[in-house]
Amino acid sequence: MNKEIITGAEALMRSLEHEGVTTLFGYPGGSIMPVYDALYDHRNTLNHILVRHEQGAVHAAQGYARVSGKCGCAIVTSGPGATNTITGIADAMIDSTPMVVICGQVGVSMLGTDAFQEVDVVNVTSPISKWSYQIRRAEDVAWAVSRAFYIANSGRPGPVVLDFAKNAQTSMVEYQPAKVDFIRSYNPAPAPSEDAINQAVALINSAERPFVLVGQGVELGNARAELKAFLEKIDSPAGCTFLGMSALPSDHPLNMGRLGMHGNYAPNVMTNKADVIVAVGMRFDDRVTGNLQTYAKQAKIVHLDIDASEFNKNVKVDVPVLGDCKQTLAIITEKVSKAEHKEWISSFRLYAQIEYDKVISKAIHPSDGPILMGEVVNKVTEATHNEAVLVTDVGQNQMFACRYFNFTKGRSVVTSGGCGTMGFGLPAAVGATFGAPDRTVCLFLGDGGLQMTIQEMGTIMEQKAPVKIILLNNNFLGNVRQWQEMFFNHRYSFTPMANPDYEMIAKAYSIPSRTVVTREELDGAINEMLSTDGPYLLQCAVMEEDNVLPMTPPGANIDEMLLELEK
Amino acid sequence: MDCEQCGKCANLAEKNLSLCERLYTLLVYSENTPGLLSQITAIFTRRQVNIETLNVCASSTPGVHKYTITCVCTEDMVKMLTAQMEKRIDVLQANYYTDDDLFMLESALMKISTPVMLSNPKVSHVVRMHGGRIFEVNPTYATLEKTGATATVMSLYNQLNELGAVLQFVRSGRICITRSTEERLDNYLAKREQEREEIKG
Repeated sequence: MNKEIITGAEALMRSLEHEGVTTLFGYPGGSIMPVYDALYDHRNTLNHILVRHEQGAVHAAQGYARVSGKCGCAIVTSGPGATNTITGIADAMIDSTPMVVICGQVGVSMLGTDAFQEVDVVNVTSPISKWSYQIRRAEDVAWAVSRAFYIANSGRPGPVVLDFAKNAQTSMVEYQPAKVDFIRSYNPAPAPSEDAINQAVALINSAERPFVLVGQGVELGNARAELKAFLEKIDSPAGCTFLGMSALPSDHPLNMGRLGMHGNYAPNVMTNKADVIVAVGMRFDDRVTGNLQTYAKQAKIVHLDIDASEFNKNVKVDVPVLGDCKQTLAIITEKVSKAEHKEWISSFRLYAQIEYDKVISKAIHPSDGPILMGEVVNKVTEATHNEAVLVTDVGQNQMFACRYFNFTKGRSVVTSGGCGTMGFGLPAAVGATFGAPDRTVCLFLGDGGLQMTIQEMGTIMEQKAPVKIILLNNNFLGNVRQWQEMFFNHRYSFTPMANPDYEMIAKAYSIPSRTVVTREELDGAINEMLSTDGPYLLQCAVMEEDNVLPMTPPGANIDEMLLELEK
Repeated sequence: MDCEQCGKCANLAEKNLSLCERLYTLLVYSENTPGLLSQITAIFTRRQVNIETLNVCASSTPGVHKYTITCVCTEDMVKMLTAQMEKRIDVLQANYYTDDDLFMLESALMKISTPVMLSNPKVSHVVRMHGGRIFEVNPTYATLEKTGATATVMSLYNQLNELGAVLQFVRSGRICITRSTEERLDNYLAKREQEREEIKG
């Protein structure tokens, strides 16, 4: 076979195609120009989406990855281009999102000289990425790209950074595609230990009050069917983390709701009543556990995870089961005895009813007063038959959206969980429209978060990306305001915010928009939004000082949720 | 148990090893790729554990680097540290040991003042008592070498320092080999090689 001599930049294009990449989010600049020049000839195969800020590129790549299950890819230049991706890399790391970020770098001869737009990207990103590597020779391009995608996609997925020195982009190389599928120091899917499986099975068989905690690992491991089979065989109720919400259909009779600080009352209370807890692909985040000293102390805990460093990190577990949950869940399901826990399951209803009466009914079916965030979310999820992709920003909009949006399909939640990145929503939603082009993408955000990455309206305009933007405008940085009300004696330090005219902004970007102020207009506006082709901005003037409830205050016991606030 | 040296759990009615801070030695093996050291030390920084000593060198396996690190922390913490290290892509293995599991030593070099040594006979007495080896003497200073357990090395240094004899002092990090008859790295590499064959095959 004749081997072709091509540039390192061209080798990157071929390598990306070889990895099956079809969509890139990026922004050009000096040190990545040879790559962009090569990209010009690959526009038919590599769909490059020009974002308006590098932070937008990484969040869009994350949104794309989360809904499609494929690896997201972002291309940026060196220096500030690369540092602008840091937030997205950190976000993808904590939320286990597969992503490869390729950034330009100055030529090798200039490294370490404080050259123009030189930043030590490998060292900056190393602690917040799964792997960070500098490509210094064109000969390494094929290998490094293949290794990057292998690492990003396998095991517990995560972000990988390739720092691509300019000389390596321009020098010539005899290109040959590479395929990395083995790294001896990295075992992405360890074979499950028979001993651990047997211990887990014995514990589960002994359970009278089992409870399953469902995390995003189930989605990442494509184990939705295995989870369902497991739950149904052992007849165990389950609670989902926010990132794991669409791993189990919302209306499944064993789905008891969301876990954690603003989750549902029943699953949080029952966490402290269960006798055996099976945690699947979740990491016992402090927002899920509350006070660790009192968290699930009565329960024996089985933890299924693909990342060994998660075991005993926050919560002491009795049986750690290392492995891919698609595999471990299937083996455990095969081995456990079929069980029935009718009484235990029905005991959740009492708490669900209390929450419904005290919180949910008021939040989604208010009779008077200003529009509430919860009711908007509820109407949108109903109007989309619980089939849409939910993208959120961070804050009250996120909490209400995650509480009241419902799911029938997998890979339907795109939210910044561990990092809590305001400004995530808009670009992530752009990415989601490319990752799931056949689905409706509903983005909930607040007036604070929208303005952090509002420039991506330009990307939406240019791409006609069909993002349904639902702006829950309360003229406040609402979540911080809520905490100021609750824990800082109502001292609203820099949380009230003067807002621009968002309809005018939308108009400037040719995005159809509408503002609703009264409850009566809401249904019509949602229908208009959903029936409009392409993007749409629906601004809802919501109650200014609404609070997300119930709530486990930070550090409080998870079963002592506040259902109401003292006025 | 070693709770006498910890202080945190020594006074507890029931000894709780997860609270007992003691000296651990970590043996970490990695591929010889650049940047690994800073990734490993960053794990200590993040968990607020001080590195007491650190030695990095090529191991007996070609292409594999060995890090010998000592730190004082709880067993829960050292488990987390090693798990975090193994999570780094190019780290092959990270294991932790207590002193009972290891043959270990460290070396020290000292430059001591010849005038002080000549004026105070205690200096050469201390050196001889500790079995220190002097390998060069000139009118200004003498160079002294001592290899042994940390405590012996430090005892020599402390006594000479009290006598005002020490001009320069340096200690190597601890180096050690395990007492176990099992070679964990070799076993790991053999197992991975077999898995590689299975994937290729």
